[in-house]
Amino acid sequence: MLTKLKDFASTFFVTGDPLIYGADVAIVLTTIAIVFVLTYFKKWTWLWKEWLTSVDHKKIGIMYLIASLLMLFRGGVDALLMRTQLALPNIQFLQADHYNEIFTTHGTIMILFMAMPMMFALFNIVVPLQLGARDVAYPFLNALSFWLFFFGAMLFNLSFVIGGSPDAGWLSYPPLSEMSHSPGVGENFYIWGIQISGIGSLATGINFLVTILKMRAPGMKLMNMPLFSWSVLSTSVMIIFAFPILTITLALLFVDRFLGAHFFTMTAGGNPMMYVNLIWMWGHPEVYIVVIPAFGIYSEIVSTFSKKKIFGYKSMVFSMMIISVLSFFTWVHHFFTMGAGADVNTFFAISTMAIGIPTGVKIFNWLFTMFRGRIQLKQPMLWTLAFIPCFVVGGATGVMLAVAPADYQYHNSYFLIAHFHQVLIGGVVFGYLAGIYYWWPKMFGFKLDEKLGKWAFWTWNIGFYVCFMPQYALGFMGMTRRVYTYGWDMGWAPLNLVSSIGAFLMGIGFIFQVWQISYSIKYGERDTTGDPWNARTLEWSIPSPAPMYNFATVPHVSEQDAWWAEKQAREAGKRAAAAPALEPIHMPKNSGIPIIMAAFWFVAGFGFVFSWIWMAVAGLLGVAACLLARSFQYDTDYYIPVDEIKRTEASFGRGI
Amino acid sequence: MAHTAVHQASRGQTAAHAHAAEHHDQEGLKILGFWIFLVTDCLLFGTLFAAYVVLRTHTDGGPNGKELFEVPGFVAETFILLTSSFTSGLAALAMNQGKRNQLLGWLAVTALLGACFVGFEVSEFAKMAGEGATISRSAFLSAFFTLVGTHGLHVSLGLVWMTAIMLQLRRRGITAVTRRKVFVISLYWHFLDAVWIFLFTVVYLMGVM
Repeated sequence: MLTKLKDFASTFFVTGDPLIYGADVAIVLTTIAIVFVLTYFKKWTWLWKEWLTSVDHKKIGIMYLIASLLMLFRGGVDALLMRTQLALPNIQFLQADHYNEIFTTHGTIMILFMAMPMMFALFNIVVPLQLGARDVAYPFLNALSFWLFFFGAMLFNLSFVIGGSPDAGWLSYPPLSEMSHSPGVGENFYIWGIQISGIGSLATGINFLVTILKMRAPGMKLMNMPLFSWSVLSTSVMIIFAFPILTITLALLFVDRFLGAHFFTMTAGGNPMMYVNLIWMWGHPEVYIVVIPAFGIYSEIVSTFSKKKIFGYKSMVFSMMIISVLSFFTWVHHFFTMGAGADVNTFFAISTMAIGIPTGVKIFNWLFTMFRGRIQLKQPMLWTLAFIPCFVVGGATGVMLAVAPADYQYHNSYFLIAHFHQVLIGGVVFGYLAGIYYWWPKMFGFKLDEKLGKWAFWTWNIGFYVCFMPQYALGFMGMTRRVYTYGWDMGWAPLNLVSSIGAFLMGIGFIFQVWQISYSIKYGERDTTGDPWNARTLEWSIPSPAPMYNFATVPHVSEQDAWWAEKQAREAGKRAAAAPALEPIHMPKNSGIPIIMAAFWFVAGFGFVFSWIWMAVAGLLGVAACLLARSFQYDTDYYIPVDEIKRTEASFGRGI
Repeated sequence: MAHTAVHQASRGQTAAHAHAAEHHDQEGLKILGFWIFLVTDCLLFGTLFAAYVVLRTHTDGGPNGKELFEVPGFVAETFILLTSSFTSGLAALAMNQGKRNQLLGWLAVTALLGACFVGFEVSEFAKMAGEGATISRSAFLSAFFTLVGTHGLHVSLGLVWMTAIMLQLRRRGITAVTRRKVFVISLYWHFLDAVWIFLFTVVYLMGVM
């Protein structure tokens, strides 16, 4: 009995690596600390009622933000481990199989569990406020999306200490990810972690599409809508069209592994390249899914901090929509080397390069918005200014990669690594950070400290170029991606060392940001006006942080940059007509079902990972029970009475 | 937050009035959301169809569609499912006339036909598996079972869902909310019917040709 148990434990838990024992201890200690603090300060009820069961889009946004920052930390540590291993030739810091796990989890976490939730954080926090809405279209579904993401991410991360991490690359190409080559449970963790959070992402896409189409303030035409909301519309459409493909692709891989099917195997007629095609039919739109909202953020920031209306609003809208369509016709450029033939490769090379046109339009529009503007170099603007040259260079190397014959040379080299990190960090991460700095006062009611922020900005930026510029050269020198070590004779040592130094500089930048946040919680400049940047869109017309019902009275909009127009009218003495009388506000009730249902998904996923059918069935039955329970619930909303609205508004110093 | 106090206040006259109007909007929103969900479901099946078409000829020396598919079986399945779509239409008509019992009756017939369909499909699968044509025999069979099985799973989930709605109709009658629920499940049902037409054509008819 005891030996059986010991055998089980030795395969169930990941053993043998001091790094992982360290993580085990850290996880246990952190859990104990959290439980202790919550119990000691009697915060369990508060946590449950105010956060875990909340359907308020602002709170869900904050939870997304916290989770994504934790994942940024995990993915960042993975990156630093890799750069440590590669700093010099023949280092014995990580073994080959451990290195495989780390580059796999780094990629998956950064895209799916860091970029996606950080994007959803900003969707949630900003979009309803920008539209003059009281919540998203489906608040309950919104909470469910968050918890599905959260438990999916937890399931994925659990593989680090239980069962073993996936190690077949961030897109898990077969046949490497099939049972024949990866018999462990790591790939199952990969599949179910993404699958569970993917359902949440798909639901978020539907939710925000309907929110934008149906919940805009009266008078706000689509072509008056702020550009960030436009970018969310564009991204939501892409999510709706791309994520079902991911769901099926991963499901088929799981059917292969679990039921012995032959979709992507090397035997019995399977076709591994079909997986590669399918996953990139999702994967390429996915990179635009994460970058388009960043474009929306830059548009808001450039306009606000140049004190000008955005240049070329309509062309901004059209270029975003064109990018979202074109993004579905470029997937083969990820594997020109498949050998699809000259005609197919030509089509995909041209469609890829064509994306450069609308993107270029956007770059020029931002520049022209700044031209003759009164530019204020606040933190959001700094990141935006850093983005432009970085993204232009990243885009240009992308066009180089799009040249199909040349790509045979660049394919899977460090040139590619440098390229996509430059567009993903320079475009997506800089954009989301800019957005976080910009909307932070709206979320929390205070600004983030400027001085520490500048330290963070410069270390991040210098670190970025020091890290990735050498990688372009390394690619030309023949260094391929995913190698875990190299010899002195390759001549790659100096540039790798420089690159690793840059990576650590970015790590220091992140530490500055953590410091900045903790410092600003206490000392940050408070935002008492609700409009700390003298900005242009509706979210700045209400107090910071926004009251739970957002708008005491629903605003009426007649033009672009509605809040700016309102401020201009007030200054000119033409104060708008008296606000309409207050009415009771219809609100959705909190619900525990989303977190419970997502937890059942977690149980089901865990059961499937280990092929414990009883557990998987129990989890799925739990999910079904939650769905039914919700279906039979009719009393799901309530009204905030006028008195309470008056009291809340008065507490912000706004009498109505 | 003072939830209970707030809730009691909502029972006032004006609030109740506003309540009905807001509910109306909300039901419309939910129907729109469901249409978009159907778009995603359509893409889901589209991807499965694509995989099936790629792997259709990859039988690896095993049985192909012509040897496996039995015409009377899949024709019967088709007629049963098409009829259930018709009866779900009749249910919607009854609902619009405010006839609750008739609505319940037609929904029950629809669900029963759906259950028959699933029964036929399960026995078809079992028979094929019994002949050694399992999901792991060849890429063609993997794609076949996954595509047709996903449709069958959709129908089965629809049955549970429809039963839940019937219970709610019995308890609450035809209201704005239950009306929307019946509308949404019938959309879902017709959608599955449309998917089946493609399955019937691409998998079965082209299979036995």
